Amino acid sequence: MSTVDQAKNAAAFIDDKTHERHLDQLLWMLRTKRDDAARRVPEWEQLRDLASKIKEHTLSNLAHYLEMFESRAKANGVTVHWAQDAHEHNQIVYQILSDRKADSLVKSKSMLTEECDTRRFLENRGIQVTETDLGERIQQLDDESPSHIVGPAWHKTTQDVANLFARVYGSDKNKADPVYLAHVMREHTRPLIEQAKAGMTGANFAVAETGAVVTVTNEGNADLSANAPALRICSVGLEKIIPTNEHLAVFIRLLTRSATGMAITQYTSHFRAPRQNGEMHIILVDNGRSSRLGMEKFWPSLKCIRCAACMNTCPVYRRSGGLSYGSTYMGPIGIIMMPTFDIRRYSELPFSSTLNGSCTNVCPVKINIHEQIYAWREVMEEKHQFKLVKKEAMIVAGKVLSHPRLYRMAADSMETSLKVLPRFALYNHFNAWGRHRDIPQPAKETFHDWYKKYRSQAAGQEVSR
Amino acid sequence: MSFRETILQNVRNNQPSYRELPAIPKFHSEQLLDLKEKFVEELKELSGEVVTEPPIDFEKFLRNRFPDAKAICSTVPEYAGNRKPEDITRWSDASSIDVTIVRSPLGVAETGSVLFSEEEFRVNTIGVFAHDIVILLDPAEIVENIHDAYGHPHFRDKAYSLLMSGPSGSADIAGTTVHPAQGVTTLTVIFWPMAAATKV
Amino acid sequence: MQVALMIPCYVDLFYPEVGVATLELLEKLKVDVVYPFDQTCCAQPMANGGCYEEARATEELFIKNFSAFDHIVTPSGSCTLHLRNKFTAAPDSPERRKVSASVYDLVEFLHDVLRVREFPWAKFQHKVALHTSCSAIRGLGLASMSERVHDAKFSKPKNLLEQVPGIDFVDFERPDECCGFGGTFSATEEAVAAKMGYDKLEFIGKSGADYLVSSDMSCLMHLQGCAHRLGAPLKVLHIAQVLNGVAQ
Repeated sequence: MSTVDQAKNAAAFIDDKTHERHLDQLLWMLRTKRDDAARRVPEWEQLRDLASKIKEHTLSNLAHYLEMFESRAKANGVTVHWAQDAHEHNQIVYQILSDRKADSLVKSKSMLTEECDTRRFLENRGIQVTETDLGERIQQLDDESPSHIVGPAWHKTTQDVANLFARVYGSDKNKADPVYLAHVMREHTRPLIEQAKAGMTGANFAVAETGAVVTVTNEGNADLSANAPALRICSVGLEKIIPTNEHLAVFIRLLTRSATGMAITQYTSHFRAPRQNGEMHIILVDNGRSSRLGMEKFWPSLKCIRCAACMNTCPVYRRSGGLSYGSTYMGPIGIIMMPTFDIRRYSELPFSSTLNGSCTNVCPVKINIHEQIYAWREVMEEKHQFKLVKKEAMIVAGKVLSHPRLYRMAADSMETSLKVLPRFALYNHFNAWGRHRDIPQPAKETFHDWYKKYRSQAAGQEVSR
Repeated sequence: MSFRETILQNVRNNQPSYRELPAIPKFHSEQLLDLKEKFVEELKELSGEVVTEPPIDFEKFLRNRFPDAKAICSTVPEYAGNRKPEDITRWSDASSIDVTIVRSPLGVAETGSVLFSEEEFRVNTIGVFAHDIVILLDPAEIVENIHDAYGHPHFRDKAYSLLMSGPSGSADIAGTTVHPAQGVTTLTVIFWPMAAATKV
Repeated sequence: MQVALMIPCYVDLFYPEVGVATLELLEKLKVDVVYPFDQTCCAQPMANGGCYEEARATEELFIKNFSAFDHIVTPSGSCTLHLRNKFTAAPDSPERRKVSASVYDLVEFLHDVLRVREFPWAKFQHKVALHTSCSAIRGLGLASMSERVHDAKFSKPKNLLEQVPGIDFVDFERPDECCGFGGTFSATEEAVAAKMGYDKLEFIGKSGADYLVSSDMSCLMHLQGCAHRLGAPLKVLHIAQVLNGVAQ
């Protein structure tokens, strides 16, 4: 697969003024709500610190907790499977469904299943899959990937959704009203939930001490997906494990406040054992996580609790749109995770950042996101995953800036060339700076020149040749 | 189970050096909190409603609030209702319930949440798939915060435990919050002390 | 006190008046300023691009020029941050560590080391929008950041500017959102960089500011470029120029 050109995709998004403005304002509003929510919790920074330490402890002892979780879950009557990669995961899901002749499945939002492309895998094998999360369902109907991990369809305006539903459901395209549209969705999806032969969810957390998986939704669709059908599957990334319910409390207090500014989601659900007359399967999924655990600079990205606060605050994400990253996870956390899935395809993502550090400071588990973005740049350079133009410019810069005389000569000639060449020659596609901004005017004399003239003789200093 | 050992071995090989697990404080407020007041405030934020006294005529209260309701599923002695969870054979049939009436053993002031499990629901879907829900809560069972809540035995003992905080909603369309999404349309909590006789 | 003055490469080439103002200001404050003449750059552009090999020789030159000094002062938050925290392309050595430990952004130096609390030669009777760079805020801690809602609000650049009679500070929306420069980002992802700049200019425009002042010329260079392209030229000044009193 070819490298994602996030910059080009972002430029296209920016040209669409309506959608760019819509997304930027919506997500900044969520960032503001997050700030308001944090303000109401005096111990906010302490909670962040605890959450970070709990995750770091758990990851440093992950094998122990995975084994504990598995043994408790099994004692609870849950069947536990292990999948090394996406394909293995999808095969296990399909096997469970086909063994029980379950050809219809409802699911709640799970980024892990997006990562594994589970829905497509199942649909290709004749299983009808219905997303029950409103945003995921919108994207499913539109055959488009989620653009944000909390609000998959936030890049769409209400009118976009009205147009989509009019096309798919025959609803009124002129009623661009979220209440009406949510009602349309509910009417169409409820029967599918009622009829489904199986339900599938992800897990926000998996508690080792009890063997329970935890989901957090506003809609209650994870509860429905888990309880309405008798057969239930839950996909869990290895890094979701936390030690006990006492630790869970810390994350529950941080997660929704970080994501949307609400104190908690409407449904915080804990599934420890199969429902009465039901069957429950948990699939523990690796898909590169155990390898990432061994990466000295990048393993802290496994602390992520998928709140997307980093995306909401990221000034680049808000102006690029989530789809510009061409990846399951986007924005700041996506930049540091995606190269571990496919280093070639995502080799340019670490450059889609100004390294401003806002992400790191909203992250509820204190992942040093912007520092990892910086560290990935060196990795990309080392592995020659570099666009040729940038590399040559760097080599030239490196030579000039390490030789004082070369530097001063270059300074003189730039002044000359910039003075002589007319503007239009500079604003071509080789000169990116000039596309949207005026180039700064070189000074008539550099600071070096000025100093030589006015200070070095006065101080009697030697000027090197 | 085919890749279990490979995965665990990879994890063991790659685990970073050991980090200590921190102790978790309870974070109780230093000032005296009116837990009932806080609970009401938080639940209203999440579009739930609170009735602070048990209605004198519960039947009348329900008829006024839900004039079109026909199927009322009650699990509480305070009201008979015309449906019981045991009537439901397929759990997805709970979608035909108009109003579910249940008692919650615990409220959380910090977030306006109430706790449930299969013990209270008996059929788990009655709490989420019904059109509306009315919850009886003894205000003496309101704890201060989430740290307190997780001490409740339900989380260790029950197959399914749920912290419900307001009616089903979604902000998935352009960030505008709407109610309901897939779950209940309205959620009403009634502060209703447990009768001395029924209290365990 | 003796300090070595480090002038960022883009200040040297495009905004020498900022270097001049920095030098004059330090001299007014009775600091003995040495300007190592063979200095070029701190190597941030290469390191930011992940090009450590290309950064190495430049960093070694920097060490050669500056390691003899106990205080290195530069009118740039981003260069300071690079030299303090990311100066790792050259091999580790006592000299390299000394450089990292001895570098100060001008604002830090004035506020924390010299503890300057008045600028009697300066006056600036204007409405000022103060922009502090992400490097300065989140990297160096020169001001509180909006993300950390419980931290006491403070701003060292503002503390200094408050000592200049006449300044009327105006607030604007999203004060610590990144301006979009981001070093090489502004060339590699120029559409987003420019949009971020345009947005910030829109917020500043609404504030009624006469001048945009910052302790980082790189942000100002970017914003000024955006402003000129929009046909709404913006008056910008580096904090050194205001504190030095040259700008009226």
